[in-house]
Amino acid sequence: MEATHAHGAGHAHGDGHSHHPKGVMRWITTTNHKDIGTMYLWFSFAMFMVGGAMALIIRAELFQPGLQYVEPEFFNQMITLHGLIMVFGAIMPAFVGFANWMIPMMIGAPDMAFARMNNWSFWLLPPAGILLTASMFVPGGAAGTGWTLYPPLSIQMGIGMDMAIFAVHILGMSSIMGSINIVTTILNLRAPGMPLMRMPMFCWTWLITGYLLIAVMPVLAGAVTMILTDRHFGTSFFSAAGGGDPVLFQHIFWFFGHPEVYIIALPAFGVVSHVIPAFARKPIFGYTSMVYAIASIALISFIVWAHHMYVVGMPVAGQLYFMYATILIAVPTGVKVFNWVATMWRGSMTFETPMLFALGFLFLFTIGGFTGLVLSNTAIDVQLQDTYYVVAHFHYVMVAGALFSAFAAVYYWLPKWTGHMYDETLGQWHFWLSIVSFNIAFFPQHFLGLAGMPRRIPDYALQFVDFNQVSTIGAFGFGLSQLLFLYVVLKAIRGGEKAPAKPWEGATGLEWTVPSPAPYHTFEEPPVLSGAKGHE
Amino acid sequence: MNPDKSADNRRVLARLLLVAGLMFGFGYAMVPLYQKFCEVTGINNLLNADDAVRNTQVDTSRTITVEFDANLHGLPWRFEPGQTSVAVHPGELVHAVYRVSNNRNHPVTGQAIPSYGPQLAAAHFKKLECFCFARQTLGPGESREMPVVFVIDPALPKDVTTITLSYTFFEVAGTLAEPASKPGRPGA
Repeated sequence: MEATHAHGAGHAHGDGHSHHPKGVMRWITTTNHKDIGTMYLWFSFAMFMVGGAMALIIRAELFQPGLQYVEPEFFNQMITLHGLIMVFGAIMPAFVGFANWMIPMMIGAPDMAFARMNNWSFWLLPPAGILLTASMFVPGGAAGTGWTLYPPLSIQMGIGMDMAIFAVHILGMSSIMGSINIVTTILNLRAPGMPLMRMPMFCWTWLITGYLLIAVMPVLAGAVTMILTDRHFGTSFFSAAGGGDPVLFQHIFWFFGHPEVYIIALPAFGVVSHVIPAFARKPIFGYTSMVYAIASIALISFIVWAHHMYVVGMPVAGQLYFMYATILIAVPTGVKVFNWVATMWRGSMTFETPMLFALGFLFLFTIGGFTGLVLSNTAIDVQLQDTYYVVAHFHYVMVAGALFSAFAAVYYWLPKWTGHMYDETLGQWHFWLSIVSFNIAFFPQHFLGLAGMPRRIPDYALQFVDFNQVSTIGAFGFGLSQLLFLYVVLKAIRGGEKAPAKPWEGATGLEWTVPSPAPYHTFEEPPVLSGAKGHE
Repeated sequence: MNPDKSADNRRVLARLLLVAGLMFGFGYAMVPLYQKFCEVTGINNLLNADDAVRNTQVDTSRTITVEFDANLHGLPWRFEPGQTSVAVHPGELVHAVYRVSNNRNHPVTGQAIPSYGPQLAAAHFKKLECFCFARQTLGPGESREMPVVFVIDPALPKDVTTITLSYTFFEVAGTLAEPASKPGRPGA
């Protein structure tokens, strides 16, 4: 991006001419993509703390066999809410937050395409979060079905289930509007001279994620609506009483559920594709193959859903098809991992906190991918279905994959957001504490699963005690480490070493041409790109 | 933002909203699609009569014990099999009855769902006639005998010697007042 002039720098004056309200009304009425991005990120962190506290209740109960602290019903509610809150309340809003903050700056746009709708898609989230958490306090408690909301249990539960259904509806609307906004912004508002195949990788991952969300969130909305009408309006889509079939729900749910996995993973891939080149001081290896890999992962994700359902009763031909299709996803994913490694090959690497988290992502996400391959084998899955092996697998993908990548993104862009460098020493402490405690918490769960410990049960047989205790200690370590993260972020907001416009030597992209902190309005005039590749 | 950009934006918005709307419909379209798929492939055929027996030889070398079980789920009825078990040869046409009576003083509609133990027997248990194919409405205090006519496919794996046929009657929600869409078959 040598030839890109620091055009954005000239637009700091944009701050002066707007008369936005002060105080809380500024945040409620804002249509500024940076404000909205900030709110998404804080909302996501708050939900991360709530969902994390629920995880610690689960792990505390599992520290010893027998029932210690909570009733089995409450344990099930914690399992359900932890899943729903972490997926829909923490991880997805975090990446929408990054998209809001960074995509307009990466492509040289003044704001998102639909600034008012952007405000609305954020402000739908808090009511949904409140509905989910408040459902714990209604008669009958929260939904206890697990985040998958399988009938017949979801048809039988109390009012907490209705609240969860409405929360899913609202969250779905929010994500659909957010995605429409992001897709339109990327398609229409790129600076002149930035063709699609030269835009930053984070934009590519979000463009495809946006399409995935628009395609599958309505399917989930339909599925939970069917549960709602089965519960209250006498339909029988899933209720056996009227000739419905509970297995049908699983098919519809996982038609949403598997692309959802990549909705979470793809933006994480995008972040890592920025951080690794920046700290290896080399352009990303195989840009074009990365784009095709993302697109093929997204396409294949639509045709593999029943690998979550090998044991519900499926003809062998169906099992074989879903097994081979699932294994096929390893090919484009392997291309991506290869390209990240090749980017680092002979690079001048340094290991600041964002790079450490990106490397942690690379190692642990690959482990999660491998255990996913193990689970994709029908013959093995029949034994491992619904065991802790599955729990370990998806936490390697969701926590060490998506969450670590989100941490990398925060450390990478924090100087741009706050204008201050974060405390590098504390950031590295956060990384090492997180990665060590994460592995203590989740690696033993592989062994528990292989030995046959079922998931979503508050009690267990005596032979599982040791690994469960190790896992609980790791989980509490991981939870406490995140308080350090909060401290590092707050410290950087309050002060610290002044950050230059481009604090990372190897970083490239338009976002580094504007000063740090980024002025309230950037790129009101599109920047001039002269032939340089956008992603270099 | 210049006006031609915002017209472009609105066009993309309209298209994407259309996609979202269509996908919501697709979620619902999956219901009949799966039904058709299961019908064509013969998977999970609970509520339709199986094909008439095609030139089946009765395999007198094997005897299968068929046990009958009856359950109620939230229905004010009495429901019991007319016989606890029968010994049958694969390929043989068997008639069995269930007895059901409504203890309440108002009509109630129910639907029976069959299940089999062991599960793999389901594919070989051919029901030619069954009260479970339709909703059953019982008048106040009415009692009925309801038939099941079945054949066990001789292709049943050799190690299966006992099959349990279990019915659960569910109350059909929201049908208390309206007449059943398909009237139940009269008792045998």
